[in-house]
Amino acid sequence: MPTATLNDTAREAVASACEDVREGGAPDSVDGTPVGLVARPRDTEQAAEVLRAAAAHQLSVVPHGRGTKLTWGLPPRSADVVLDLSRMDQVLDHAAGDLIVQTQAGARLAVLQDVVGQAGQRLVLDETVPGASIGGTLATNTSGPLRMLVGTARDLLIGVTVVRADGVVAKAGGRVVKNVAGYDLGKLMIGSYGTLAVVTEAFFRLHPVPAERRWVSVTVDDPARAHEVTHLLVHSQTVPSAVELDWPATGPGTLSVLYGGTSDGVDGRVKSALRLLGSGASVSDEEPVGWGVFPWQRGQTGIRLTTVLSGLHDVVAAAREVSASVRGSAGAGVLHATLDGDDVATRLGRLREACGRHQGTAVLVDAPVDVKQAVDVWGPVPGLDLMHRVKDQFDPEHRLSPGRFVGGI
Amino acid sequence: MPDVVTEVEQAGPAAPTAGIAAVTACARRLLPVASVITERARLRTYECDGLAHYRVTPALVVLPESAEQLAQIVHACAEHGVPFVARGAGTGLSGGALPHAEGVLVVTSRMRAIREVRPEDQRAVVEPGVINLDVTRAATPHGYYYAPDPSSQQVCSIGGNVAENSGGAHCLKYGFTTNHVLGADLVTPQGDLVSIGGAAPDAPGYDLLGAVVGSEGTLGVVTSAVVRLVRLPEEVRTVLVGFESTDQAGAAVSAIIAAGILPAAIEMMDALAIEAAEEAVACNYPAGAGAVLVIELDGPSVEVAEEYAEVERLCREAGSFEQRLATDPVERALIWKGRKSAFAAVGRISPDYIVQDGVIPRTALPEVLRAIAELSGSSGVRVANVFHAGDGNLHPLVLFDETVEGEAEAAEKVSGAILDLCIEHGGSITGEHGVGMDKAKYMPKMYDADDLDTMQLVRCAFDPAGISNPGKVFPTPRLCGEVPGRRKGVHPLQEAGLAEAF
Repeated sequence: MPTATLNDTAREAVASACEDVREGGAPDSVDGTPVGLVARPRDTEQAAEVLRAAAAHQLSVVPHGRGTKLTWGLPPRSADVVLDLSRMDQVLDHAAGDLIVQTQAGARLAVLQDVVGQAGQRLVLDETVPGASIGGTLATNTSGPLRMLVGTARDLLIGVTVVRADGVVAKAGGRVVKNVAGYDLGKLMIGSYGTLAVVTEAFFRLHPVPAERRWVSVTVDDPARAHEVTHLLVHSQTVPSAVELDWPATGPGTLSVLYGGTSDGVDGRVKSALRLLGSGASVSDEEPVGWGVFPWQRGQTGIRLTTVLSGLHDVVAAAREVSASVRGSAGAGVLHATLDGDDVATRLGRLREACGRHQGTAVLVDAPVDVKQAVDVWGPVPGLDLMHRVKDQFDPEHRLSPGRFVGGI
Repeated sequence: MPDVVTEVEQAGPAAPTAGIAAVTACARRLLPVASVITERARLRTYECDGLAHYRVTPALVVLPESAEQLAQIVHACAEHGVPFVARGAGTGLSGGALPHAEGVLVVTSRMRAIREVRPEDQRAVVEPGVINLDVTRAATPHGYYYAPDPSSQQVCSIGGNVAENSGGAHCLKYGFTTNHVLGADLVTPQGDLVSIGGAAPDAPGYDLLGAVVGSEGTLGVVTSAVVRLVRLPEEVRTVLVGFESTDQAGAAVSAIIAAGILPAAIEMMDALAIEAAEEAVACNYPAGAGAVLVIELDGPSVEVAEEYAEVERLCREAGSFEQRLATDPVERALIWKGRKSAFAAVGRISPDYIVQDGVIPRTALPEVLRAIAELSGSSGVRVANVFHAGDGNLHPLVLFDETVEGEAEAAEKVSGAILDLCIEHGGSITGEHGVGMDKAKYMPKMYDADDLDTMQLVRCAFDPAGISNPGKVFPTPRLCGEVPGRRKGVHPLQEAGLAEAF
């Protein structure tokens, strides 16, 4: 909660750093943590001014883009200032010939897709949470079906501008895809939940929108079959853009494979897939319902399960046993699960055991606060000592999103 | 064997010698005699990497055979404040593995086991000394391969690839080392062995692996890497296209990209580079070409066929006068032979040359090529151009004759001016060879002081004492201030009786 340090002098300092500052109210609270002030900077320089004011007065700062995932991770220990990036919503430069885009972090992913889509291009990141911003997508490292195609944010982000906890503005990478000059700070920012620095601008590499897209779906009624179908597809030479499993807690599941490419190419690959999957498979030009969207609503229990591909059967079976609904990239070994009902701790434990048998993890990404406080949200994290050391360098006073991340970071 | 007295007596400026003696003693306990090199003549074999004009003889060379041994040696270095430099196969082109005169060179060439090949998981686990191409050789019988393919892939090692974030001709479509290494065991500059990332995706916590890959050995030494295996494509088509000028070839590249086609590779060579390749390997490229493109398409057969028809048409429309299609591995190898031999081939037309490595936005290619031609014209220094045209990665080869006074300096000047061009156009001073020793001085042109300071926060987190490959990447080291999380108690290896504190 706002600390005693948020006194009148501190309030004035923040207010003079940015013209759009207001008192935090109940609706602003971050996952139950009351908010002192909400500052909405218009650009990187103003975000830096706010962070410098916060640094001068020892204020905690919780950055957010559009606030769609503030219930993810643990509640911050304190939120003197919420740094709301929603005014920084401009897609700054789309260089179509270079297949790159430069954007402010508060721009919504969907808006960016509209802009680059006009030139037949796309950022190959799914909008897994409707309305999400670029900054929030990076901070939480969300991914959807298309991760099979070219990977996740870490494979697409080529440059960042960040503001450090002390208000220093720094950049790394740049506007060219191929670049090995200096450390890749962008990758450290991805999935860091706003605990290292505030990303204010980003460069991404883009890909062409395929001329044709088609889905082939098959019903699966036991985990072994889901495993088998997934392996048939990923080890084939049909180059799926996605292999998704969608399996509600009750009833059968659906395994869908997406092909994107040239018109003749997609025809041929769909035919190959149909040969692999046998009768019972259906073909559609329409996105399956729920495609690419996490299977829970904000603030409900959502878990990310990961496994090497050989463990898929076991992890899906464990999810069935604890009555979890799962949806996710079976082809990449990343499933998103949601649990209805009680005893999340035991069920999460069972899932974690199953994932752990296959070198994977089970992370409780979203849940009501009381649930999160009763369980180990992150599970075991190798390299935690090094992570603390990185945090101590970037934010020695632990003022950025304190406590939201692994190991109390 | 050194003893405590030696160290005390040499405290102060001569302390490194005592430190080296202590690390040598540690290495001798752990390793066979032949794996601890202290004789000056043998040390000199390691005085440079692939960039031979920087030479430093290390104080000690060790060749550990296991991660545990390597960790203990690094721990001994940390204990005595001795700098160390990790070296894989020594093929790097930026002096990243240049030894430290008062330091230890840790060579990973004896750690060359491919520990696991798991096609079912699309993963392999390899040690740092494993040769890049050997990963593909081990995976191919299972229908898989390792995608990053630097031109030196027959001799370069995975450890070096990880340090440098190596690319290759096919990274246009498939990405770089950083996109294909998913986990690693890392010996930290304190000598601790930690696992980062993992075989399964999205390990929780900071993406430390993302920081380590491409950090040029400044954040520790990777002793094992989990790499992604990629399914072999159903079909590969390689086409060699001759143009009258680089402008035409550049226009063809732009047209292909604009058509939404992402080839596995698009390589360009200009007339001088073609001439060199012809002299060296008689690759029989189209006669009289001002530029050639090597374009490779891969994927499902139907997809490749359709894309090829489009590429053929776009090249023709851009003015190509000859196109040769290769569909089998032998024909493909012939086409690639000229391209892959290009660097060495330049030795046929010039006694000395600098291999430059810079990046520009692809659309700036015609403009930058003209500017390079002007630089060459006004200085009289010949420049042969070879590039990964698809991603704007230039490899100008700047030719000179060291025996002619002034030529080396003139070449150096042109080479530097090319990097200035890259920076002016919003590009990078290195696309795949790394900063190393060679380009540290250019870093402040590309990044301002705050950018470099922020990058070095990572360095301070991993290596507050600054002993892991010091002097590389950053022109000026950052003072790390208080050392966070520094171990106060007895090191576990000491406790276990495996290491000894001097």
